[in-house]
Amino acid sequence: MQHAATTLRIPEISRRSLLAGLGGMTFCLALGVDGPRLVSEAQAAAMADAPVTPWVRIAPDGTITILTAGAEMGQGSMTGLPLILAEELDADWARVKLEWAPAEPETYGYKNPFGSGHMMWIVGSRAIQLYYNDLRRAGAQVRKVLLLNAAQKWGVDAATLKTEPSVVIDPQNGARLTYGEIAAFGTIPSPLPEVDPKELKARKDFRLIGKSVPRRDTPSKVNGTAQYAIDVKVPGMVYASALHSPVHDAAKAIWDSLDPTHASAPPESWNDAEVRAMKGVIDIVRLPSGLAVVADRFENARAARDALTVKWSKGRADGFDSVLALDGYVAIHHDPKAQAVTLEKKGDVNAAFAGAAKTYKAEFRSDYGYHAQMEPLNAVVRFNEAGDRVEVWEGSQAPDESRKAVAKALGFSEAQVDFHQCYMGGGFGRRTLGDYAAECALIARQVKKPVKLIWTREEDLAQGMLRPQSFQCLEAATDSSGRVTGWKHCVVGEGEFLLGTGIKIPYYGVPHQDIERRGVSHGIRLKHWRAVGHVFNTFAIESFVDQMAVDAGIDPITFRIEKMGMIPKAQKCFEAVAQMCDWTAKRPQNRALGISISERSGSLGAGVAEISLDRQSGKIRVHKVWIAVDGGVIVQPGPAQANVESGIIYGLSSVLQERVTIKDGVVEQSNFHDYNVMRMSDLPEEMHVKFVEADTRPTGLGEIGNPFIAPAIANAFFRLTGKRLRHLPFTPERVLEVLAT
Amino acid sequence: MVSFTLNDKPVSVDADSDTPLLWVIRDHIGLTGTKYGCGAGLCGACTVHVDGRATLSCQTSVSDVADRKVLTIEGLSPDSSHPLQRAWIAMEVPQCGYCQSGQIMKAAELLADNPKPSRAQIIEHMDSNICRCGTYHRIIAAVELASREG
Repeated sequence: MQHAATTLRIPEISRRSLLAGLGGMTFCLALGVDGPRLVSEAQAAAMADAPVTPWVRIAPDGTITILTAGAEMGQGSMTGLPLILAEELDADWARVKLEWAPAEPETYGYKNPFGSGHMMWIVGSRAIQLYYNDLRRAGAQVRKVLLLNAAQKWGVDAATLKTEPSVVIDPQNGARLTYGEIAAFGTIPSPLPEVDPKELKARKDFRLIGKSVPRRDTPSKVNGTAQYAIDVKVPGMVYASALHSPVHDAAKAIWDSLDPTHASAPPESWNDAEVRAMKGVIDIVRLPSGLAVVADRFENARAARDALTVKWSKGRADGFDSVLALDGYVAIHHDPKAQAVTLEKKGDVNAAFAGAAKTYKAEFRSDYGYHAQMEPLNAVVRFNEAGDRVEVWEGSQAPDESRKAVAKALGFSEAQVDFHQCYMGGGFGRRTLGDYAAECALIARQVKKPVKLIWTREEDLAQGMLRPQSFQCLEAATDSSGRVTGWKHCVVGEGEFLLGTGIKIPYYGVPHQDIERRGVSHGIRLKHWRAVGHVFNTFAIESFVDQMAVDAGIDPITFRIEKMGMIPKAQKCFEAVAQMCDWTAKRPQNRALGISISERSGSLGAGVAEISLDRQSGKIRVHKVWIAVDGGVIVQPGPAQANVESGIIYGLSSVLQERVTIKDGVVEQSNFHDYNVMRMSDLPEEMHVKFVEADTRPTGLGEIGNPFIAPAIANAFFRLTGKRLRHLPFTPERVLEVLAT
Repeated sequence: MVSFTLNDKPVSVDADSDTPLLWVIRDHIGLTGTKYGCGAGLCGACTVHVDGRATLSCQTSVSDVADRKVLTIEGLSPDSSHPLQRAWIAMEVPQCGYCQSGQIMKAAELLADNPKPSRAQIIEHMDSNICRCGTYHRIIAAVELASREG
C-alpha cells in the first residue's frame, strides 16, 4: 500500500514553485480554444499572461507529481482522477504523489455540461465521468513525450518502443530507461504531440483502472492526521460562531437563494453590550444574513453566540407551516391556472388517455430532508498584512465557487483569493457555495485577525439547505394489450429545478408523456441533496409502476419489459439483480421483496429490498438489499462499491427516519436527537452490489445507491400488507396509520 | 490549571474547569484527530478514552479528567499499528473519515473488554456512533478482523 500522499497538510501549492528550478519535466495546462490543454513548460513560459499551471511533473528521482481536482468527501475521486491520468501515462503508481489542484476552473476544471466555461464542482457523482476523457488524453500525451525522448536517445523509431510502469523499453534489445532517467535529460516538444483516441490503451491493458488500488486518503483517516478545514490552525487565529435568523428567508428565485452573498433576514438589534462583556469575546460582527461572535476560544464564541438575543427582520418564510403547505400543494395541482413548467413532452398524451383501455392515478408526498454531513460547516480565513490578499481553508465540493463567493463578499477579484482545499467530513451537495467561507472572510476583515468560523450543529440544521418537500400526481393510460401508452407526472413544490431531477423516465419506452412541475415559493432554504429530486420522484414513479404491474397480475420485471418498453440496458440490470436475490424464491414468514430502478448521472441501478414489519410498532426492518448497477467502466472497484453501499445506507436512513418539519418558518429539529439518522442497529444484515459488465465511459456512482430504495421498500411493504406507502419518510407512526386504513 | 495524562504524557492546561474536554484537546493542546460532530453527546465523533472507558469528550468537563488518563486516536498507537487501525485499512472502512477516530476509539474499548465479541455485541456497543457515509458494515467487518488477528 502506498502512503506517499496520505496527508495533504495545509496545501501550499504555488504554480511558480512547481514550475521553477525543480529539474525534471513539468507538463502544464493552458486554456486553448477547445478547453484546457496539456502544454510544454516552454509553451507555458511563453504564454506570459495566460492562465498556465503545472499538472504533471516527473522528477529525475522518478517521483511523478499529479495534481488532483477531485475534491474528497469520502467518494474517492481524489485518488480516482489522477489514477486515470497515471493509467495512460503508464506510471508506476507507487511513485505517484498527489497534490490538490488550485481552485482555477479554466485550467483544472471540466467543460460545464450545462452551460459555458469550465467548472470544478464535484457534484452529482460526475467527477470521474466528466474528467475521464481529458485525463486519459493528458496521460497519453505525457507518455508519448517520454517515448520520443527515449527514441531520440537510442536513435530508434518511437513507434517500436513500449512502456512498463515508469519505464520505456526497447523490445529489440531490452534497453530500458526509467521515466526519472528520461526526466533528467528529456525535453518537452512544443507543441506537445497529439494523441489519437485510437492510441489510448485497450481496456485489457489497464494496470490501474478497474484494479484494486487503495485510496490515498485512507491511512490518514485511521490515525487522526487527515486534515479537515475544522482542523486547520494558523498563528494568531481566533474563533467565531454564527447565528442567523431562525426564520428562513431564501430568495424567490432558486439561483438568487444560492448566491452566498445574498442578504437574508438581517438582524435589527441584539443584546450587544451584554454579549460583548462575556468571557473571551473579541467582537460581534454583523453579517449580511446574521451575526457572528468572535472570541479567543471556540467554547467562548459558542457560549456567547448562545447568549445572543436578536430581533431579526422579517423572513419570507414567516408563518410558514410545512405540513399545511404540503396539503396546499394538492390544490395547486388541481388549479388549472397554476403555472407549470414542462419537463418532458412526447407524443399526444391527451389522445393516449382518450383512447385508453384503462387509466391509473396515484398521489405521493415527501417531506424535507437535511444533509447531516458529519463535519459541521466551517472555514478558516487569513488576510495578508496589507489586507489585499486573502487565504481560505475550506473543504469544498466546488473550490472555484468558494473562491468566487469570498471574492464577491469582500469586493475582491478572484486573483486576490488563494483557496486551500481540505478534506470534507461529508458533502452530499451542501458544500458547493462557499457561503460560510464568505462569512468567515467578512469576520476576519473586521477583526483583523485570522479566523476559524464554525457553525454549530444546531446552526447547521436550523440553517439547513434542505431537500424540498413535494406532492406528486402520476397518471397512466394503457391500451387494449395492457401496454402503458400515456404517462403524466406532475410534481408540486418549491425549488424549481431541484424538484425535477430524476422525474424523466428514459429507461422506459412510453410513447406519450407529459411531465411537469408546478412551483411555489415559501422562502425556505433549499439545495441539492444526494440525488435530490430522484429521491421522491423515483419513489413515486417506481411505486406507481409496481401498482400497475400488480393490477395487471404480471411480475413487476416482466411488466416493465412487456408493457413499458424498458430499454435493454435497464433490462440487463433487472436480470442481474433478479439473479442476485433469487427473485422468485419463497421468503420466510413476514418477509417480502420489493423491486425498483433508478437512473442517476448516466448510471442505471435496479435494486431489491427484503423487509419485515413489526405491526405493533409500525417499524419496518430492511434485512437485505441487492443492487445491480450499470456504471460503465469501473475505475476504482473498491471505492465504487463503497459509494453504492453508502448511497443505500443514506437512502435507507432518509426513507425510514429522516424528516424536517418547519413551523412558523423555523426548522423544528435541532440535533441528532430529533433528526434521526441511521445507526448501526438498523443496518441490513446483507448488502450486495454488482456492477454489470459494460465497456462504456464511466458514469456516476455516488448517488445511484439511494433513489431506488424508497420504492423498493414501499413495493415490498405492499407485498407484505396489501397497502401502499405514499408519504416519505415511512416513519412508524405513518406506517401504523397506513395499516389502520 | 488542570493536569492530566494525555496519550501517556503529562499535560497541564489553563482552561476554565467547565471547558469541554473536546476543545481542550483540539484547540488548547492541538490534537485534532478527535472531532466535533454534534456537541451534544449524540453522535460519538468526539469519543476518547478516560481511564480506558470510551467517553464523549464534548460532554466531559476538563476538570472531570484531572489526574486521569486520557487517550485519543493519536495515542492509540505510534504508527497506526493497532489491530483496529490495521483492520480499518484492510477493510477500506473510511469514506469521508470524519467519524472514524471516534469509531475506532469506541471499538478499542470493546476489544479491550471483550476480545472476541459477537456481531450482536459489536452492534450494541457501536450503536452510539453515527457514520453518515454508512460504513457500518465495514466497521463490523473490521472489528471482527481485528478480533481475529489482534
